[in-house]
Amino acid sequence: MGSDLIGVWIAAFLTLGIMSFLYKDNPWYKFSEAIFVGLSAGYWFASLFWQSLHAKFWANWSPAVQSLFQGQFDYNLLYTGAGILGLMMLLRLIPPIGWISRWPLSVVVGGTAGLYLINYLVSNAVRQIGSTIQPVVTFPESIGWINSGGVIIGNVLVFAVLIVSLGFILFGRNTTIDLPTPTKLFFFLIALVACALGTFYSLSMPLNLTGLIIFMGVFCGLIYFFFSKEHTGFFGGAATVGTWFLMVTFGASFGYTVMSRMSLLIGRIDFLLVEWLKVVN
Amino acid sequence: MRREIPLIITATVGIAYIIQYFIPHTPFDKVEALFSDWLSIIAACAIWLGALNLLKLSFINVSKRKKDWFFSLVIIMSWLTMAMVGISEGPGFQEPGTKFDWLYNNVYTPLSATMFAMLAFYVASASYRAFRARNFQATLLLVAAFLVLSGRVLFDEIVFGFLPADWKILSTISDFIMQVLNTAGQRAILIGIALGTVSTSLRIILGIERSYLGSD
Amino acid sequence: MNFWKALLAIDRRWIFLFVFLALAVPMFLNVDFDLSISREVQGLYDALDKLQPNSKILMSFDYDPPSAPELQPMADAIMKYCLKKKLRIIIMGLWPQGPIQANMALNRAFLEEDINRDDYVYGVHYVNLGYQAGNEFVIQRMGSAFYEMFKRDYTGNRYEELPLMRGIKNFNDIDFSINFSAGYPGTVEWVQIAVDRFHVRLGAGNTAVQAPQVYPYYNSGQVVGLAGGMRGAAELEGVFARFDGGTVDYKDKGTKYMLSQTIAHAVVMFFIVVGNIAYFVIGRKDKLKASK
Repeated sequence: MGSDLIGVWIAAFLTLGIMSFLYKDNPWYKFSEAIFVGLSAGYWFASLFWQSLHAKFWANWSPAVQSLFQGQFDYNLLYTGAGILGLMMLLRLIPPIGWISRWPLSVVVGGTAGLYLINYLVSNAVRQIGSTIQPVVTFPESIGWINSGGVIIGNVLVFAVLIVSLGFILFGRNTTIDLPTPTKLFFFLIALVACALGTFYSLSMPLNLTGLIIFMGVFCGLIYFFFSKEHTGFFGGAATVGTWFLMVTFGASFGYTVMSRMSLLIGRIDFLLVEWLKVVN
Repeated sequence: MRREIPLIITATVGIAYIIQYFIPHTPFDKVEALFSDWLSIIAACAIWLGALNLLKLSFINVSKRKKDWFFSLVIIMSWLTMAMVGISEGPGFQEPGTKFDWLYNNVYTPLSATMFAMLAFYVASASYRAFRARNFQATLLLVAAFLVLSGRVLFDEIVFGFLPADWKILSTISDFIMQVLNTAGQRAILIGIALGTVSTSLRIILGIERSYLGSD
Repeated sequence: MNFWKALLAIDRRWIFLFVFLALAVPMFLNVDFDLSISREVQGLYDALDKLQPNSKILMSFDYDPPSAPELQPMADAIMKYCLKKKLRIIIMGLWPQGPIQANMALNRAFLEEDINRDDYVYGVHYVNLGYQAGNEFVIQRMGSAFYEMFKRDYTGNRYEELPLMRGIKNFNDIDFSINFSAGYPGTVEWVQIAVDRFHVRLGAGNTAVQAPQVYPYYNSGQVVGLAGGMRGAAELEGVFARFDGGTVDYKDKGTKYMLSQTIAHAVVMFFIVVGNIAYFVIGRKDKLKASK
């Protein structure tokens, strides 16, 4: 019990030490930071000693060497190669012969390249393209809004995005979007009416229009990433719509990042108020 | 010798992994298993290299009495404490009740968690100072962030609490953004990265891309 | 200096204080809202719900304590549900600290009245295989044989001595997998190897930073369900409480801290709005001055 109490107080001291940086840089922060840096390196040193070097190298290699002395050949002797390459990696600490670390590095680079070539091609390119190209007419469930309020709001959004994006690709490609002009306002009004009508009629139709939007977003996004052709005309319009999708994506990622960071801080405040000070249940 | 052998190693290991995907049977699965272990042993040594380098630099700082050398001493002490405690406790060093576990829970965890948590303050401060609707694209970004921020918490329940229970307006909008618009954008990025990765991997395996070897 | 310029130049420590208070003060309040459940969380629940008792579920804990505020509530809720439903649970970790977090979830579940520790035998009903170094290569080798990667479990028992593991050679013998992920290695690697090579059915719990990147995999069916960040955790707690009521108390920190999260979001949004108003007012004034 005693060590637990000391532990909580040490944890609180260090937590507040790091947080004290918010006021300004100070020795308390630097002290906590130095402990963190040293401890992290020591942590990985010890963990990898047992979990990689001991469990993967020593556990395979030393029985193989023993059996070699008894006159038997064990395939695990091949782990000698890993041991030598590992040592070569550490030689980087001695600058004159540091170049030798390229050998182990090339094993890592080659292995990763071989694995990634297949994995990325299959999971992130082929499978993703496959799921982007989907039938538009489908069963209503696949639109998937799970409550009646959601169905209406969802359909309004679907049509708004479809019409505005398509309209821009087809008609608005040579214009820039800044202040509303009468033409743009007119276009906006038409889009609004089309959106309302589309929503009204689509509620009873088995359409997978979200799939169509995803197709358009992926297509336009990829056009934006394609730099071998100048972004003008239809191509330029599509590239611009691509940037809209990317901007919304970055916005969503930003929102989620804020959510994540706040959650982590909640975790620390939870520690201070619940575990340390015990002022909250 | 300094460049040729690494290029041969890279090509051999890379091709072994590719063949293993198409022919996942002996002997290729054994070769792949062996290389996997080799990789994790080498990767462990690479991390050791970083840790030892930190120790080396800290020793230099202390011995030359450079600025803030005291904090380098703290780094050395904590480095050695954690590493020695961990190694002395044997393979079960992480089990509950060990000294390593105590250090991990009461010193390492609060420090690393707080380091990450501090980003919450900086995100808030950056939102205030840098997040501007300067043009149409930036406005789109801002609006999307706003809708997601409001739709993923209790705004529907607090602000729109008077609506029927299944009319969660903000949640639905943020679901739409995440499941449709974000999916489309992320997928475009994913496919773009995948194609880049495939071509870079191919260049590395074929020895065309050599920048990872550094310059002589 | 006018009001808006002064407002933009405010000392950032005031902002920090605001954020701290926005998170800390609501912690003193207890709230319980009926959250709407998103399709991706519902998908995760449905996948678990379809499993028959004694189905084998593989849980990979790929996170460490800094990400625990987001992921631990998910892990706790899912662990309670799986134990209550008498699924056979196989725990592992691609992050060294993962199996420790898994034990925390187990211990918390055993505190529930409905989940009696004595009814669950280690090695028969649940197993913790521990951590294995090697990132995605571990998943790849598990595809041919789990045994090759986990010759001993977390506490040192041999693989073949564990009754639950005797019937499990590789992913073909697993009914469902869940991955709690805070980065690399995590959901992306599980999708690329376990799902796309070995046809595993996968559900994912992600930190909010990672979740947006996983949505394409959810849309393509490579991931059958997804819970992202603290909202995902709160929804999971909510969906279990709604459909699996009983005496098990699913609603925990995910639900409890939604109010803090809400106020924090409101504060960030408020800052963005004020910052932008100040930016436009100053910009307009500068333009007016220039035109004069």
